[in-house]
Amino acid sequence: MAPTLLTGNVAAAWGARLARVDYVPAFPITPQTEIIETLGAWVDSGDMPGRMVTLESEHSMLTAAGAAAATGVRVFSATSSQGLLHAMEMIYTVAGWRAPFVLVNVSRGLASPITLEADHNDVLAARDSGFLQIHCADCQEVVDGVLLAYRLAEDPAVRLPVMVNLDGFYLSFTREPVNLPDPAEVAQFLQPFDPGAIRFAASAPESQAVAVLGGSPYSYFRYETHLAAQNAVSVYGDIAGEFRERFGRERGAVEAYQTEDAEVVFFMMGSFATKAREAVDRLREAGQRVGLLRPRLLRPYPADIIAGALEGVSGVAVIDQNLSVGQGGVLHTELSAALYGREGAPAVLTSFIGGLGGREISPEEFYQMAAVTRQAVETGVTPPPRLLYTETELREIRKLQSVALVERDETSPRGGAGKPPGEEDKQ
Amino acid sequence: MSETIRRMKDLPSTHLLGTGTPMCSGCGGLEALHQIYDVLGENTVFVNAAGCMTLLSVYPFTPFRGSWLYTAMGSAPAGAQGVRDALDILLQQGRLPPEDDLQVVVLTGDGSAYGMGMSATSGAMDRDLDFIYICYDNEGYGNTGQQYSSATPHGATTATSCGSRGYPGYKKDLFSVWSAHRPSYVATVIGSEPLDLAKKIEKARDMTGPRMIIALSPCPTGWDYDPKDSVDIGKLAVKTGVWPLKEYENGVVTHTRVPRDRPPVEEYLQRQGRFAHLFRPERNEELLAEIQDRVDHYWEEVV
Repeated sequence: MAPTLLTGNVAAAWGARLARVDYVPAFPITPQTEIIETLGAWVDSGDMPGRMVTLESEHSMLTAAGAAAATGVRVFSATSSQGLLHAMEMIYTVAGWRAPFVLVNVSRGLASPITLEADHNDVLAARDSGFLQIHCADCQEVVDGVLLAYRLAEDPAVRLPVMVNLDGFYLSFTREPVNLPDPAEVAQFLQPFDPGAIRFAASAPESQAVAVLGGSPYSYFRYETHLAAQNAVSVYGDIAGEFRERFGRERGAVEAYQTEDAEVVFFMMGSFATKAREAVDRLREAGQRVGLLRPRLLRPYPADIIAGALEGVSGVAVIDQNLSVGQGGVLHTELSAALYGREGAPAVLTSFIGGLGGREISPEEFYQMAAVTRQAVETGVTPPPRLLYTETELREIRKLQSVALVERDETSPRGGAGKPPGEEDKQ
Repeated sequence: MSETIRRMKDLPSTHLLGTGTPMCSGCGGLEALHQIYDVLGENTVFVNAAGCMTLLSVYPFTPFRGSWLYTAMGSAPAGAQGVRDALDILLQQGRLPPEDDLQVVVLTGDGSAYGMGMSATSGAMDRDLDFIYICYDNEGYGNTGQQYSSATPHGATTATSCGSRGYPGYKKDLFSVWSAHRPSYVATVIGSEPLDLAKKIEKARDMTGPRMIIALSPCPTGWDYDPKDSVDIGKLAVKTGVWPLKEYENGVVTHTRVPRDRPPVEEYLQRQGRFAHLFRPERNEELLAEIQDRVDHYWEEVV
């Protein structure tokens, strides 16, 4: 089949359609809305069987999604940013229900300040919830990721909800050529959802999600969830292998690009990793042994696979498109924890924060990050984490601040200009 | 189940809800739930929000013969939406035999119904969800020790309104808020009036769409009285006119009991420690009169 030009959002909708989902509880939020509009149009036209309902909030949407999956149907939903946070109580709750379904998150920076473009603080806020996470770098991976996610979620050894992440604007609204898998092939790859005994029916009464009293039963169920998530590393490997056999595309837990002989490796996830791939090519042309390692699977964390791919690498430049305020980059922290004490692990992990709220990361910045990391390897001194920001950007911000101050002073009757000293502080 | 309940002797003689739950002795909510469950039957799935009754099903026990799903405090009606939609999908696809279908019943306290869960409830009614909502209303956040909620009556002391005037706000008129959505059915009930309760639950059971029930639930621990007095206090709530028994259907509100020769409200109030400050160390005539006036005014509008 010839590739079709699809936005990441429409690719996500195709994933749901190809997965033959029964139920789509929905709620609009930028930049995700195109997904539910696309599905809504297909359901209304009859092109897609299934039922869609728009709830009055993401919190309710997640509740309905989990409840429907717990009743025994295949569920798809999508959200973004503030919506994911609004639903956060239920993100944790439905994962604890062991309700298997797929939630697409279209990454967008979190308030405050409120904004629209991509970073990963939203999806990473859910990292401890019990939802598994698959991160996409292009629109093809979005379709494929949704199909892989259903296989993973519904596997009896896993039975957990799965989040598929794509970046707002960079993927959600960007058309790329996408090969839509043949529905008959997908039907072979992804069998109908079998809820087993965990469902609701009059003849088989079931109490789900009941309370526990005390730390012992609580710990038991939390551990069970964790062990199921850990099972998902090898289950994902099997599924990705089957996917490659059937559809010819490599979708392993990590993407390793030019890492085999690399001295320095970029480590990052999402669509911005394609910028890193481009930088690797340029740096290779310049004779530098640089590579890229990109986790597709972030939960469960494929620590052994990542460590294996970094064996023999001298320095890793970890680029976090997120910021754990007061701590730094989440990927850097997690990678450090995964590698610490391992034989053959890279000696240097440099940390860079970039791409927040969709801020561009330029090729020059990639070259610079590689250079800083190489220097750290050579000197044995790791520099402190760096927040990517250029002098030009800072100058632009200063201009905006000047405008803001002028506007305030000239238009506000209580403005600071012309007031006696100290008055302006009282505004 | 098909027989119509007209008299006390028509009430179900089989009691379905198991005993030995962790509810407080004298719990008016549990009293109502027992009766409701007998009418609804075991082919039900209760979708619960955080509250006292979350403790009904604590692993690995449940008093229900049917099914149960605990959700969260703010979104039990959305859980009902997911379950109902999924059941309909399974029925439509032939993956669930019709006899396996379930009545979906939301069970929450007033804290959820009057407050945190209100937008989810509103949304469920907007979408004409086919479900029954049971609110056991004990007029405060009971499970956490009876702090005031928007269901707390004017003047009642609670753990967060312990001053001499009690709760300064007024009990929210949830019946009217729900009726304004024009659902299939809204009714107030109380466990101490079992015939009125059973008739309404039976009516609701045999309808479709949103069917909304508010059960005033005398609460020995929250209202501060001896558990043995729950039924008496419930009866007084109706007799004094504090808790009007009524239903909404097709745009019309009907009172199913219009109390004649209403005794003074203080006969209801003085039985409860939460109103003791209205009587001791001295009678708060002003506040007592205000509470009585509001009840009188309500019934003047009705008759």
